[in-house]
Amino acid sequence: MNIIEVKNLVKKFGDFTAVNDISFDVKKGEIFAFLGPNGAGKSTTIKILTTLLHPTSGKIILNGYNPVSEPNEVRRSFGIVFQDPSLDDELTAWENMEFHGVLYDVPKKLRRERIDYLLNFVDLLDRKDSLVKEFSGGMKRRLEIARGLLHHPKIIFLDEPTLGLDPQTRNHMWNYLKELNKNEGTTIFFTTHYMEEAEKIAQRISVIDHGKIIASGTAVELKEKAGANTLEEAFLKLTGNSIREESTGVEDRMRMHRKAWTGRK
Amino acid sequence: MTTIYILWLRQLKRYVRSRSRMIGSLAQPLLFLVALGFGFGPVFQKAGQGNYMNFLVPGIIGMSIIFSAVFSGMEIIWDRQFGFLKETLVAPVSRFNIMLGRTLGGATMSLMQGLIVFFISMFFGFRPENWYLFPILLLLMLLVALLFTALGTMITCLLEDMQGFQLIVNFLIMPLFFLSGAIFPLTGLPKIMSVISSLDPLAYGIDSFRVILTGSTQFGLHIDVLVLSVVTVIFLSLGSYFFSKIQV
Ligand SMILES: Nc1ncnc2c1ncn2[C@@H]1O[C@H](COP(=O)(O)OP(=O)(O)O)[C@@H](O)[C@H]1O
Ligand SMILES: [Mg+2]
Repeated sequence: MNIIEVKNLVKKFGDFTAVNDISFDVKKGEIFAFLGPNGAGKSTTIKILTTLLHPTSGKIILNGYNPVSEPNEVRRSFGIVFQDPSLDDELTAWENMEFHGVLYDVPKKLRRERIDYLLNFVDLLDRKDSLVKEFSGGMKRRLEIARGLLHHPKIIFLDEPTLGLDPQTRNHMWNYLKELNKNEGTTIFFTTHYMEEAEKIAQRISVIDHGKIIASGTAVELKEKAGANTLEEAFLKLTGNSIREESTGVEDRMRMHRKAWTGRK
Repeated sequence: MTTIYILWLRQLKRYVRSRSRMIGSLAQPLLFLVALGFGFGPVFQKAGQGNYMNFLVPGIIGMSIIFSAVFSGMEIIWDRQFGFLKETLVAPVSRFNIMLGRTLGGATMSLMQGLIVFFISMFFGFRPENWYLFPILLLLMLLVALLFTALGTMITCLLEDMQGFQLIVNFLIMPLFFLSGAIFPLTGLPKIMSVISSLDPLAYGIDSFRVILTGSTQFGLHIDVLVLSVVTVIFLSLGSYFFSKIQV
């Protein structure tokens, strides 16, 4: 059974097409990865699935609901760790967690237990009463992860979760998520541009580049399809370029820069 | 309910923690109180209008409320910029409640700013006519604060960028303030100006403060309350509609 179904999804920003007619499914209880370089359209797709952006066209069903016409039902179905910062700098680490727990209606006793457990888990328990603005980039990232694990939804989205994360927390996080996946049947949808991570963690992978899905399947299937020995090589053969090439060119950075100064659109 | 509460609490914590912001936003009303109060006092008295400080204080309370309320409504811009907005937008709670919690938080802060100005004015010799009406004054101040926080939120949802901020201050808040009768009486104004003033919700807010604090009124308290309530409901509804359409 599919918990996410996407058909012919297109997202344009002005005349630029960020997501170009993609279709894919995610099965219930699956660990699924979007593998692709910077600017491929991974975050844009996640924002559309999680009701933050409206698609230009295409059909989406998430947990049986349509993100455009039934946003509230969709929002009750998932949790998300964003790629970009989303903490309140003027609250403490504990307050950020508590705020999230209340919004997601985690019962008080369980909430307090999990907050302590997760803060300890990302090694921030002794800093729980410090304001987030005093934290380093790595500490903030760890707090974002801990917060994302505070409630247990049907689907968890993680957008480049390991970017800027230390190896120890990285391992901790994946172990926790795998447990959640096994014990509660949680569907996990993550994006990455690390081959090893996609190969090691995901049960199925979609390779995405320049807004298009190039291929989907297990790591083994992808390698077979491309006639390659490693996923790295398969990626190169399928997309025609290496993922390590910095694909965010000047034009791309200009666009992001403009966006930062002119707000939404 | 808990959604509204936690968002209200967040606004309050941020307010209490940023003492510099709090003191900064008191500077302007204080300046107006001192410069205008003592500067125009004698002229006002000679013109037979009575004690200018008594006239001015309700207006300056209104001023501190409109500025802090619109600004706190506009804090959404910062939340968008620093990313926190996403956290609230994907949460499985109604956006109306989010908007309401934020607005109540902003309004509570603005109410406190207004109260601080009120107590400071007592050092300049200001005394309210009837202390027992004080609780009613609080309610009226809260209503005015709600109205303008909702206005700030509403505008911000429509703003495309940060540059709009200065425009709003210069072309919206300043005129609303100057035309509200905060610093001069609305009686005997040129026709066109009194028409514009009667469209300014702040005029009704300040008029209602004057009723309670000094016993004088332009429109009558029941009209004031009616206008303030209706406009607040309209701004809240429009604000939450625009807020529900926000994308990041
Ligand atoms: N709000 C926006 N306005 C304009 N262009 C955008 C916006 N968001 C993303 N883009 C562009 O869309 C493309 C895909 O971005 P994104 O989905 O963030 O890629 P990824 O997450 O795979 O790195 C990029 O070229 C990016 O510059
Ligand atoms: Mg991304």
